[in-house]
Amino acid sequence: MSNAAPALTHLAPMATRASRLAAARTDYAASESIKAEVRDLNFFYGQRQALKNVNLPIPERTVTALIGPSGCGKSTLLRCFNRMHDLYPGNRYEGEIVLQPSGLNILSPQVDPMEMRLRTGMVFQKPNPFPKSIFDNVAYGLRLRFVRQRSILQERVEKALRAAALWDEVKDRLHHSAVKLSGGQQQRLCVARALATDPEILLLDEPTSALDPIATSKIEDMIFALKEEVTILIVTHNMEQAARVADFTGFMYLGALVEHGATSQIFQTPKNQLTEKYLTGSFG
Amino acid sequence: MSDIAKIIAYRKRQDWLFSGLGLLCMAIGIATLIALLATLAYEGLPHLTWRFLTSNSSSIPERAGILTAIVGTLYVIAVTFVVAVPLGVAAAIYLEEYAGKNWLTNLIEINISNLAGVPSIIYGLTALSLFGVVFHLHRTVLVGGMTLALLVLPIIIVATREALRAIPSAIREAAYAAGATKWQTIWYHLLPYSLGGIATGTIIAMSRAIGETAPLLVIGAAGYISRLPPPPISSAPPFLSFAWLNSAFTVLPMQMYNWTADANPALQSRAATTGLVLIMLTLSINAAAIALRYRVRQKLKW
Repeated sequence: MSNAAPALTHLAPMATRASRLAAARTDYAASESIKAEVRDLNFFYGQRQALKNVNLPIPERTVTALIGPSGCGKSTLLRCFNRMHDLYPGNRYEGEIVLQPSGLNILSPQVDPMEMRLRTGMVFQKPNPFPKSIFDNVAYGLRLRFVRQRSILQERVEKALRAAALWDEVKDRLHHSAVKLSGGQQQRLCVARALATDPEILLLDEPTSALDPIATSKIEDMIFALKEEVTILIVTHNMEQAARVADFTGFMYLGALVEHGATSQIFQTPKNQLTEKYLTGSFG
Repeated sequence: MSDIAKIIAYRKRQDWLFSGLGLLCMAIGIATLIALLATLAYEGLPHLTWRFLTSNSSSIPERAGILTAIVGTLYVIAVTFVVAVPLGVAAAIYLEEYAGKNWLTNLIEINISNLAGVPSIIYGLTALSLFGVVFHLHRTVLVGGMTLALLVLPIIIVATREALRAIPSAIREAAYAAGATKWQTIWYHLLPYSLGGIATGTIIAMSRAIGETAPLLVIGAAGYISRLPPPPISSAPPFLSFAWLNSAFTVLPMQMYNWTADANPALQSRAATTGLVLIMLTLSINAAAIALRYRVRQKLKW
């Protein structure tokens, strides 16, 4: 436990913000429902095993963060939830991700990957808006679901842009090209695009790694507001970010989930030595 | 003089030497092109009149014109375009987006690149045995256009694949993550974003097709046609006529070839005039391609 103290000083500058957010935190015991459960998940890129026997519950309407050094498998785990790995040949899943309350195994070959993509929303590491108008970007998912009525589209686009804290900045230029927005605005647009279809789970893959601190804090505030409505899974290599926004944190290393639990527990009293070393900056 | 100054002076001499050499090489290239155009213009320009452009071919130099060749070229190119573009784009989309990556697709990929380098006369022979012997089609606009379509197909496939590959995978993943099918991703994203590259490749393919002589010579295109093929529109409903597809034709390079071989020097200089028209046509098509590419690139940023 001797290394736990440096972990705290390390995070001291975040304390005020973190404590404000911590008031709303829950822990596994108190949280009544689980949205999804990863069970004995192994994943292979061809011959290379990228995930090793991962078990992780994802509580509903909370933020779960995955942290760990580069290449530890956190993005790989995230991309299992919407079956993105199915896009490339040679990838193989073993084990289950069970969606509650239906008990549906997301990874089952009987489940069409498209079903999971329609039920989740994903935001990528680098902003990737389509080179179309702001409106068309947000409306894209709705149009894929055959929502055609203009008034409904407008209403849903506005709602999504407001939720992504972008509405005020773009309301007068909805039909301008999305690629002309700044990086931070583009990323919030991508969040709006993911939110417009009311996903059950929002998957965020290092959403702020390409953004400046101001844009980052906007995204983080937004994540915090969003968890009232949606279950959020966020991959981040920024430990402070996990401390700020996540209710639960999982630490991954070399494809294995080393430790997971309430964020405060992971950061203040990590049970595993590896977690402790990573949090104190001894490696990673 | 200090060592450093010596070193600098030596390096600067090297720099001068190379820039001089580069300038010389460029000058040789440009001068050749200018000399070529100048000879062509010197010989051909005096005959480049409105009458020359709007008269049918003739063995009397003063009456000779290239209207039949211009119309023939436009007809043949129209057939080439309609056949080659859908085939080429669809093949490229299949190879790039649908086909698995294995030894068979690798083999196909290598062969398509090779096809772009096959001498054009080979295409003429292939077309002759395929269209002529197997399908009993004769030296018509349709056969000419399809022959040139075979010739430029690899160019269009390669250009389309390049354009598709230039689209970042992040854009594909964004579309798939939203729940799109492969076809929706292709239709709403990949095709629109690669249109610039496809159009440029197509235009380059067409300008290549316009200048081809050898394959048309093999399939027996005429070097001399005295009457125009029938027009594509008719006065009676349905107002469209496809009789021109089955008519004999000549094209600009064939007309040119025919006149170059003529004993009459007055007709030989008409060949130069025809060449001038052909070059202007090709240059303006290439200019259009560059302008189009520039405009599309302005709009797309990743």
